[in-house]
Amino acid sequence: MKTNDVIFQTVAKVVFFMIIFFAVRIFFAGHYYPGGGFVGGLLTSGAIVLLLLAFDLKTVKKILPVDYKWLISLGLLFATGTAAGSVLFNVPFFTHAYDYFQLPLFGKTSLHTAMLFDLGVYLVVIGVTMTIIQTIGESE
Amino acid sequence: MIDLVLKLTLVLLAIAMLGLVYRLVKGPTTPDRVVALDAMGVNLVSIAAVLSMILKTSNFLDIILLIGIMAFLGTVAFAKFLEKGEIIEYDRDQ
Repeated sequence: MKTNDVIFQTVAKVVFFMIIFFAVRIFFAGHYYPGGGFVGGLLTSGAIVLLLLAFDLKTVKKILPVDYKWLISLGLLFATGTAAGSVLFNVPFFTHAYDYFQLPLFGKTSLHTAMLFDLGVYLVVIGVTMTIIQTIGESE
Repeated sequence: MIDLVLKLTLVLLAIAMLGLVYRLVKGPTTPDRVVALDAMGVNLVSIAAVLSMILKTSNFLDIILLIGIMAFLGTVAFAKFLEKGEIIEYDRDQ
């Protein structure tokens, strides 16, 4: 039987972007406010789960043609790469660096290499969560 | 004065939560329990808001939005499970 959930699908299309923007905000605010890579990644995968609920696995695979297992390895590469990069400058493993930059549109901003490590955490969390959910959802 | 009002609000919200817990335990059908859980999420949002006013901090405001999103996702997943018996389908046109 074909069901018609036009209300849910329309709401999901709007709410998806709200959750994604909130996740990005929480990810970037993590240095000064509560939040960070873990919560941001979980929220992003929550948004993708909303799409999975409103549509189906095949459609979402067409919308986001991402192999989430690659996201895990990419995130681990970011995390270990940030840690190993400090060795090149003759400082201990995992030493982070930061400086203030004059960015257009943002003004004086402090850019920190801990954010790259956080990006690794973000990608790993999305990858692991979506791999688990897709694997469970696919099996009959 | 405002402190007293806020604490009274917290007590009233806790009493409302108790009523929802009663519906959650007693509820004869599953949809009753799902609606009670959804209302508990909304109640939790208000408790977090009042608590952030009592503690005079704005760090809970993210939590409020987070609880709202999570309650919505959970309710939708439960509703889809009750309706179709399957939460994530492979191809909905079949």
